[in-house]
Amino acid sequence: MTRTSDLSELQSIARTVRRDIIEMIGTAKSGHPGGSLSAVEILVTLYFDVMKHDPANPTWALRDRFILSKGHAAPVLYSVLAETGYTPKDQLNTLRRIGSIYQGHPDRRFIPALEASTGSLGVGLSLGLGMAEAARLDKSPSRTYVVLGDGEIQEGQIWEAAMYGGFHKVDNIVAILDNNRLQLDGWVKDIMGIEPLAEKWTAFGWHVIEVDGHDIVALQAAFAEAEATKGKPSILIAHTVKGKGVSFMENNPKYHGVAPTKEEVELALKEIG
Amino acid sequence: MAAKYELKLGAATREAFGKALVELGKENENVVVCDADLSKSTFTHLFGKEFPERFFSCGIAEANMVSIGAGLASSGKIAFVASFSAFVLNKGFEQLRVNVAYSGIPLKVVGTHSGISIGEDGPSQMSVEDLSLACSLAGFTVISPADEPSMFALVKQAAYHPGPVFIRAGRVKVPVIYGPDQKFVIGKGIQLTEGTDITLISTGLMVAECLRAAEMLEAEGLSVRVIDLHTVKPLDRELIGKAAAETGCIVVAEEHLVDSGLGVRVAQVVAETSPCVMEFHGVNDTYAESGLPEEVLVKYKMTGADVAVTARRAYGRKK
Repeated sequence: MTRTSDLSELQSIARTVRRDIIEMIGTAKSGHPGGSLSAVEILVTLYFDVMKHDPANPTWALRDRFILSKGHAAPVLYSVLAETGYTPKDQLNTLRRIGSIYQGHPDRRFIPALEASTGSLGVGLSLGLGMAEAARLDKSPSRTYVVLGDGEIQEGQIWEAAMYGGFHKVDNIVAILDNNRLQLDGWVKDIMGIEPLAEKWTAFGWHVIEVDGHDIVALQAAFAEAEATKGKPSILIAHTVKGKGVSFMENNPKYHGVAPTKEEVELALKEIG
Repeated sequence: MAAKYELKLGAATREAFGKALVELGKENENVVVCDADLSKSTFTHLFGKEFPERFFSCGIAEANMVSIGAGLASSGKIAFVASFSAFVLNKGFEQLRVNVAYSGIPLKVVGTHSGISIGEDGPSQMSVEDLSLACSLAGFTVISPADEPSMFALVKQAAYHPGPVFIRAGRVKVPVIYGPDQKFVIGKGIQLTEGTDITLISTGLMVAECLRAAEMLEAEGLSVRVIDLHTVKPLDRELIGKAAAETGCIVVAEEHLVDSGLGVRVAQVVAETSPCVMEFHGVNDTYAESGLPEEVLVKYKMTGADVAVTARRAYGRKK
């Protein structure tokens, strides 16, 4: 895989990932484009720059762990796994088809390189804490990264996990909140408001870093700050735009879980470039 | 002959579980334990005292505990999570399904204070549906030992079992059935008495009651086979099929909802092997109540004498 800290290279990878997402979901005729597109820079920065991992050796004991707790954004994860060399790129367009390794939500029975099968919201942060605790016990440098949806943190288990992480000072875990402000039924603020976010996580004992979730340089700095923070877990509140990069999908709740038509795919690909 | 079993009172199975954990902790530094503020009741505090760095206190948050246990197990630890059955299975079920069963993670889940024999605390803490819930998790092995020696041995075996396991433990002291030389194998039932007229099949604390029932029935001239199915899933099909074929009459007794526990699972095997007369003895579609454990067990018909009544009815149908 290409490992790089270079901004223009990472931006170029992000464009490829956006194209993959649109093509996969367009071909599958179902899936979740909005929340996949909002997390592109987060996953690209993690997989191509920040995380220590080796696609040639997926079970390397000292690897950093990644959990996509908002499992419905599977297409962004599949694209990144394919672009880094874990899984075949030429099968991306089998997304959601019977027998495909690219199941509707991440399924480690089909892709052993996945740390977790996700899709039921709210459980990923706790799972990550277990992995982080195992690493601490083993005195391993392995760090754990968990991407959460903003709607997802309406789930109660997230706050059980938040309490645990803060109380037990689990400083080798980083949560990334993809704060795209939309959920299936509409704006998060109208369905079940989650603000004030920074105050909530701070109160639970977390180091909070607010960041533009589409600014790769800012994300790199935020991950470095998280790694340098000892004695408490960190959370990046990544301010993002749902559907980012495709104008007619941006901030449009319709594209939470609706696939683009053939014409929309063409329009979107043209726009992404 | 059932009379050969003295049935002297031994430790509670939850205590045997706690002791087994300590031994496991001593022999393998990979063993870790999570508890949700019930460690003095589940006996995981014995492990926590001995190995504080490998004991994870999760507070009163069972869902979080199950997922954390799954994370530890997926990172190569031999991870146990424990709470009352009623809490770990009901509050942690989604996590057991998604993070453990579906994900194929070999977490060991122990539910104590199972059944109605918890007594005074009453139905909110009583689990009468735990076997049903645990058996409905694909890929899970479900173990329900009858006494102290079998619990101790099976906890130790479960630690090294390749898949996820649920172990059902109880609150109250139970009679000792097995001697020190008894061998236990996950998935293999144990035939406690020979018998040709009727078979009593059971699990957990009802195994001793079945031995008591057998003694009563033997006094009436019946030849009674008693089987302990300490592994509820997967079932010992061979032993069940043989009992069905040779005695033609089976009664299943359990401290669990009668229409969703061991009995219906045994009936499935009997139907597929050697259909015969069957009767089912358990908790009948209700939640019991507070009281001394022995009072609750008597009121809800969980004694040897009660099992004998069901057995006579079954034998009457056979004739």
